[in-house]
Amino acid sequence: MIRVALPAHLRTLARVTDDVQLEVTSPVTQRGILDALEATYPVLRGTIRDQATSRRRPLVRFFCCGEDFSHEAPDTPLPDAVANGLEPFFIVGAMAGG
Amino acid sequence: MSRVRLLVGTRKGAFVLTSDGTRDDWHVSGPHFAGWEIYHAKGSPVDPNRIYVSQSTGWFGQLIQRSNDGGLTWEAVGKDFNYDGTPGTHQWYDGTQHPWEFKRVWHLEPSLTDPDTVYAGVEDAALFRTTDGGQTWEELPGLRNTKGHLWAPGAGGMCLHTILLDPSNSDRMFVAISAAGAFRSDDQGKSWKPITKGLKSIYELPDPTAEVGHCVHRIAMHPSRPDVLYMQKHWDVMRSDNAGDLWNEVSGDLPSDFGFPIDVHAHEPETIYVVPIKSDSEHFPPDGKLRVYRSKTGGHEWEALTKGLPQENCYVNVLRDAMAVDSLDSCGIYFGTTGGQVYASADAGDNWKVIVRDLPAVLSVEAQTLP
Repeated sequence: MIRVALPAHLRTLARVTDDVQLEVTSPVTQRGILDALEATYPVLRGTIRDQATSRRRPLVRFFCCGEDFSHEAPDTPLPDAVANGLEPFFIVGAMAGG
Repeated sequence: MSRVRLLVGTRKGAFVLTSDGTRDDWHVSGPHFAGWEIYHAKGSPVDPNRIYVSQSTGWFGQLIQRSNDGGLTWEAVGKDFNYDGTPGTHQWYDGTQHPWEFKRVWHLEPSLTDPDTVYAGVEDAALFRTTDGGQTWEELPGLRNTKGHLWAPGAGGMCLHTILLDPSNSDRMFVAISAAGAFRSDDQGKSWKPITKGLKSIYELPDPTAEVGHCVHRIAMHPSRPDVLYMQKHWDVMRSDNAGDLWNEVSGDLPSDFGFPIDVHAHEPETIYVVPIKSDSEHFPPDGKLRVYRSKTGGHEWEALTKGLPQENCYVNVLRDAMAVDSLDSCGIYFGTTGGQVYASADAGDNWKVIVRDLPAVLSVEAQTLP
């Protein structure tokens, strides 16, 4: 199972209180995780990536194992530690403001 | 005894303020959707417990929430606001053409007859409609065909912020858009015409009397007399007696005719309210005195309403959707400020008191009069 850590606003929206766990087929990628996340929690569609273009929203970031994966291609395989559920896939609201 | 429920949208959540008909004591509930910008919340006139909310942030985009129980519980409904066909372009700040891009929903206007039908005014300016309780939204594209390529965003964005439904003519509706103007449809939103004759925007538009481009801040109507419209323009308070075919200035003796909200007394169609703001570059009340101005003559002659409002060192603003009236026998009037205060008057503006004073900046206030 893949673990996904959501920002507080999206946990509230999805009505979850902790990391969510998802079945994602191998190879585990951003796109695969987000497809599974949106299928399980339809209310999150459009909040992380644009529904029409599937592009990441400008003020959302993805982290894995302490590294910023926001600019990686959506079909790039993610680290093994994320794929085997040892580390969560972090979805983070970016710094914005002054 | 009747009750009043205020739906207050703020920069960081929604609040529901309730009181019995005396309007002496208020209960404050919230924040609902804490941390999200709530541009607007409004209940259905035919089912007041059906409430629609526009919820958004720059991080996670737009959501629409719906309550069927007066705000006790909420359900996220449809949030796909896709422009009809190829979105096209509008005028940009530098005079070039810029693609239409959805940003947020500014205003939700439930139908006067059907709780599942709601109109949504969005930025970049367009009008959408749902007929299934918010699950799906469709654009009424005829509006943007009304010289949309000449519309340009103002400082607050190119937002469709006002939607007025004519209670005596289900075919007719009005909308207003910042830096585009005011428009009327006589065929349920299929086609539109600008209603800007009489507006003058000197030093604001290359042609001060252009058909589109005027920065209309708000329009108000009394349901008993839908052909009479009142407008707070960027500068100037205006009035039309023929459904917008011609406007006349009624700023009269106001200390400033710049402002955002304008509203009409629930039982006196000639009694109107504005909140003068010093200028477009100084968005606060003249002289640091928060004063609502009331005209009982439909404009021209105004009186300052000050009892209970701060009369020194007050530098808040009152935004366009942040004033509302109830329909109790002694008309209640309410407004919220960018300083987070919500003020109420249970006697048509003669006396004011603060309901709550430390909310996030208030974006919108709607009043529901409940049995």
